[in-house]
Amino acid sequence: MSIQINKDTCIGCGRCQQVCPGTLIYKDEAKKAYIAYPSDCWGCVSCVKECPVGAISFFLGEDMGGKGATMVVTTEGHLLHWDITKVDGTVQRITVNAKESNAY
Amino acid sequence: MLGKKERLRTDVLIIGGGTAGCYAALTIGKTSDARIIVAEKAHIKRSGCLAAGVNAINCYILPNRTVQDYVDYATKDAEGIVRDDLLRTMCERVNGTVHELERLGLVILKDDQGNYVARGNRNIKINGENIKPILASAVESLEHCQVINQLVITDYIVKDNRIYGAVGFHKETGTIYEIEATYVICATGGASGIYKPNNPGFSRHKMWYSPFNTGAGYAMGILQGAEMTTLEMRFIALRCKDTIAPTGTIAQGVGAKQINGLGENYESVYGITTSQRVYGTVQEQVEGRGPCYLGTKGISPDQEQDLLKAYLNMAPSQTLRWVERGQGPATENVEIEGTEPYIVGGHTASGYWVDTHRETTITNLFAAGDVAGGAPQKYVTGALAEGEIAGDEIVRRYQDQGEVPSVGNEPWYKEAIDAILKRYVAQQGANDDSTLVRIEEQEQRLQDIMDIYAGGISQAYKYTEESLGIAKSKLQALAKDVEQLQANTLHELSYLYELRDRIVVGRALVAHLEGRKETRWHSFGEHGDYPNCSDDGLVYVNSVYQDGEFQVFQRPLVEKGDTYEHTN
Repeated sequence: MSIQINKDTCIGCGRCQQVCPGTLIYKDEAKKAYIAYPSDCWGCVSCVKECPVGAISFFLGEDMGGKGATMVVTTEGHLLHWDITKVDGTVQRITVNAKESNAY
Repeated sequence: MLGKKERLRTDVLIIGGGTAGCYAALTIGKTSDARIIVAEKAHIKRSGCLAAGVNAINCYILPNRTVQDYVDYATKDAEGIVRDDLLRTMCERVNGTVHELERLGLVILKDDQGNYVARGNRNIKINGENIKPILASAVESLEHCQVINQLVITDYIVKDNRIYGAVGFHKETGTIYEIEATYVICATGGASGIYKPNNPGFSRHKMWYSPFNTGAGYAMGILQGAEMTTLEMRFIALRCKDTIAPTGTIAQGVGAKQINGLGENYESVYGITTSQRVYGTVQEQVEGRGPCYLGTKGISPDQEQDLLKAYLNMAPSQTLRWVERGQGPATENVEIEGTEPYIVGGHTASGYWVDTHRETTITNLFAAGDVAGGAPQKYVTGALAEGEIAGDEIVRRYQDQGEVPSVGNEPWYKEAIDAILKRYVAQQGANDDSTLVRIEEQEQRLQDIMDIYAGGISQAYKYTEESLGIAKSKLQALAKDVEQLQANTLHELSYLYELRDRIVVGRALVAHLEGRKETRWHSFGEHGDYPNCSDDGLVYVNSVYQDGEFQVFQRPLVEKGDTYEHTN
């Protein structure tokens, strides 16, 4: 389990680097973010939420049964759209309204 | 690597900008003009236990309940080893902290009459995905408060059992910070990573507790001779297998029961305290009736959708797993397992021995949240309440005493700082590619020792006097070897200190496990030589580290209505 950062879409804003609770993200010579210690990630997805261009996705490692599906989050006002891209390429979107509480 | 030095002087230094630390800063900042520095090793926006969010307030006194009800519940759950005075003073304040968080923007579920909707007897439902950013932005807007992110505090400055500040380094710039402070609040959180985790491979940090809470607060206190209590009450969480996501949301949310591999409900066999729920699961597996599950099969599609959303607000890996597999909880029961042991005073009674103001045995050093002992079942609101209690007492002293003269130029102070700087110098500049690997290998060595000889997952949490003796000598050898390690980068240097802290906590823990000659909390600790609970165990096992040895001793229980205060 960890995150991956798409270097083509990363704009180098540094927000993920700042917010990671483990300080695991750094910038390379081209000023693009990369995760320097992928196996130290907790999976909190703070960076995924913080990224303004959706360049960071979260995945479960194969050691915990992950098959390659990835998750990104886009914020639209008080809505958080969680898009999960499955291995077959289909995308399932779950939207959470930040103004509403959990049912549980 | 480490560069220029920065000397700062403040009234209050808060080490750790998580749940308790942020609330302490808010309390002091709003009620006084005291200067505050919050030293945070990551960034306060998402640091600490609340990084991913939380989906319920688990400690709230509902309108039809009393403070005493909660104290009774926590006392029973801990089999009597709690501080009644600490639980009481905490519970009196938890509702106030919730109202303050709501004022700051936390969304709480309400019924038609505007009352909070309860989940069980002690919980309320929230949308806590953004609870940490809410707290952090309130702290950032305080006038006399300076937040220093990326600052790794490594040492307290203590003389004659009184604290005068702390020293650390900035993870990004390498600046060494020497912070002189009249009052210090330790709010670093508890300790993970002492034992081999559930997923020891690539996903090694997919654990229940924050892997970035490495026991720094405990270790710095232990090394300066602060008294610790009840470390032997380890916390083991019952979690969803692989993702290590919470189970309470399913159990309480949709009423799912714990069932074994034969489909039998085993909850009633072992009891329903926190440790018994784990114990039952372990026993069912040991006796060949595993694996164990939460029986969710057959819940409605709406319930399943609500669960998917609820997990996104605190443990998104569980939602990802369900969606990725194409099988959610309505069609497949959720397999559960116990985690590796953690030391965490927000759930058990482990931590600093404090008085009702949360002052430790080191004068002017306070502890709040997971580092503070004696008050289990704190959860988020208990940690907030302790930040407030410590903050209030500091404001009272600050207003009484005004500015305290600086000791920054006294010879003993300079000597203390020089000793730390000398250690930093010796630890850097290795110029050798193997440093990170060596630090990680020594961390694995620690986790192996603890797992095998001090009751980790592989031993079904069991240890004996003999195995603890082996752990003790192996840990001593490990500590010595780690003193020789060096770092190439600031990141590695921070890992080196995290390793030091974990080893100190591991050693203290083994001393405490040796000190409790009984099995009081099944699964949290299974003493092979003393498999039963004993009346002689109705005491606190406390310790002080002195001249390289742990002195372990007992203290009588502070029971209903009593109050403990430090006497010297």
